[in-house]
Amino acid sequence: MPEVTKYRPNIGAPRTPANEEPAAERARDFRPVDTGYTKADAIAEANRCLDCKKPLCMEGCPVGVHIPQFIEKIRQEDWAGALETIKADNLLPSVCGRVCPQENQCEGKCILGKKGDPVAIGQLERMLGDMADEVGTAPECAPANGKKVAVVGSGPSGIACAGELARMGFDVTVFEAFFTGGGVLTYGIPEFRLPKAIVKREIDGLEQLGVHFEYNSVAGRLFDADELFEDEGFDALYLAVGAGLPRFLHVPGENLPGVYCANEYLTRTNLMKAYEFPIYDTPIRHGKNVVVFGGGNVAMDAARTALRLGAEKVTLAYRRTEAEMPARRAEIHHAKEEGVEILELANPLRFLPGPDGFVSTIELQRMELGEPDASGRRRPIPVEGSEFAIPCDVAITAIGTRANPFAKLCADVELNRWGLIETDEHGRTSNPKVWAGGDIVTGAATVILAMGAGKTAAHSIAETLLAE
Amino acid sequence: MFKILKKTQFSEKVFEFRVEAPRMAKKAHAGQFLMVRADETGERVPFTFANWNPEEGWIEFIFMVVGKTTQCLSQLNEGDYIRDITGPLGKPTEIEGDRVAVIGGGVGLAIAYPVARMLCEQGKKVYVIMGARNKDLLILFEQFAALPLEELFVTTDDGSMGEKGVVTLPLARLCESDAIDSAFAVGPVPMMKFSARTCREYKIPIVASLNPIMVDGTGMCGCCRVEVGGETLFACVDGPDFNADLVDWDDLAHRQASYKAEEALSIKHHEEACACQK
Repeated sequence: MPEVTKYRPNIGAPRTPANEEPAAERARDFRPVDTGYTKADAIAEANRCLDCKKPLCMEGCPVGVHIPQFIEKIRQEDWAGALETIKADNLLPSVCGRVCPQENQCEGKCILGKKGDPVAIGQLERMLGDMADEVGTAPECAPANGKKVAVVGSGPSGIACAGELARMGFDVTVFEAFFTGGGVLTYGIPEFRLPKAIVKREIDGLEQLGVHFEYNSVAGRLFDADELFEDEGFDALYLAVGAGLPRFLHVPGENLPGVYCANEYLTRTNLMKAYEFPIYDTPIRHGKNVVVFGGGNVAMDAARTALRLGAEKVTLAYRRTEAEMPARRAEIHHAKEEGVEILELANPLRFLPGPDGFVSTIELQRMELGEPDASGRRRPIPVEGSEFAIPCDVAITAIGTRANPFAKLCADVELNRWGLIETDEHGRTSNPKVWAGGDIVTGAATVILAMGAGKTAAHSIAETLLAE
Repeated sequence: MFKILKKTQFSEKVFEFRVEAPRMAKKAHAGQFLMVRADETGERVPFTFANWNPEEGWIEFIFMVVGKTTQCLSQLNEGDYIRDITGPLGKPTEIEGDRVAVIGGGVGLAIAYPVARMLCEQGKKVYVIMGARNKDLLILFEQFAALPLEELFVTTDDGSMGEKGVVTLPLARLCESDAIDSAFAVGPVPMMKFSARTCREYKIPIVASLNPIMVDGTGMCGCCRVEVGGETLFACVDGPDFNADLVDWDDLAHRQASYKAEEALSIKHHEEACACQK
């Protein structure tokens, strides 16, 4: 019998650092912030894993990726096997490895994190996802079962649902309003954080599974659920239309030219490639003094995009302090490293125009933190007489989004008072043929939660349709 | 890809495309719009439906060459393809009243035309007021003249056609003589603003079809936000039609001018690229 050597983790080894591009250089173009782990990095990092009997990391993963198993396969240098292990639970490792808040999920639960740094699970996942062209194999699909499912929206939730259903033998069509797929992965998350080639590869992968994509198809205007069921023979519908409607500050001057909401700023840049104007036709205003309002990941994306569009100074103004920002720590760290300045405890009062009619000045007010509010964070309170002004030629508001209003035009489903769709834990809506998931159910949340909802709904749809 | 079935040239700079779009043809209504991305590097630009035929599966839109996208479009011919068309978007036009003045200015005449035609089809008494800077910029005159209108007025700034002056002159006369009980306006901001002001004097309700800059056209980006009655609304999903009496016109005018410099640069870049190819 061959000798079986028991795995001994490399206890005490430091976390393998990310291969980040120098901040000063990368902040001037749209190249990826970090180039990802090499195979050697991945093996070194995999050797830090304690291979816990009761892996807490898995509990932290919203879709239950078998993390210790794929890490073990990395140690064995079985790259194809490692990728397959992830893909069994998560169709989009390249995306999730980059944009999941691992610090609150898998890595947040990792035992190593109690005393030092957790295993870099996100980096490992990303690296494996990126090896798909080299080692990936198309997942096997069950034989066609003759049932047709329509998915509305090609963001993370729609993609996850479509992929899962296709693998189970369903005939799936995804309807997308834009001319290209990916939803927020394409129009929202910048190239430097999630290269669009990766999103495209994932969509191509779904097409290889037999999923049809119909672009330029605005659900609720071009068709509705009844037409899909009655005229086009669909048996079920999954609504994943997102919650992309912007919120505004509702302060004077907010409509001045030069004041953007982050959705517009990012859509122009990411989807329409305004950073390549005039080769691409869509323009964007390049500010010298850019001020961003908000403290979430979208605010960080907008601020960092402004730097890459050539801003001399980018200030991120937030009503609370950095500690209360909802953005990922890594994003805040990257933004600061690249030169974004954070202005804490500052609330905008009004935008003022310059002689050219564009925004030129912002009046703000100092805030102080009071008692915790419903969110558990300390409530910002205005400090009287603390008004001050800063120059600004582009302002970007990133203070959250609302439900997509097309949801109600699309199908007769029950909505709550925020316009979000009511579902049970399987994604079932009040309409027996319609399921829903992602941000249109939860309100703005994470990519992985949206994907998890898509997967859950896919199984519920399968169970229902195959029982018929 | 959307195939161009027919191209009609109305004047030097005004064209109409008939495009194959069977699904869209079943759902289009007057006042709604579509968004065109002419090619891979193109901008998304809104155009109002001019006509559609659900049986034959096509839609039509009229455009005037004013910028890079429309210049590129004008060079396409029957049998060519437009990269992307999305629609129908926005809410259909709904006009109350049975005696309606339809006021169109400049490029807005391309939007006023299908609305006037729809109102005629609904059996309403329709008065059309066409306005332009001069005779050459007055588009679709023959098409309007062919509609069963109560009366057709033409005004030009320089008097090269019709009455010298602005659209509010005939509009005021119609209001004064109690000929109309509602109005619809589409065109440059000052034209819509002063039409609304004239109608207010006579307490005539007036709807304006607003044309702010758009990016996505589905309510996601907020670029087309307009102030109406103190509320921030999106022309793409809440409009494009609004009660003209409540619109903040100065706000709209400022926002429309956001990319003047870039538009000029885009045209220059395009012309240089075209010159290179020749």
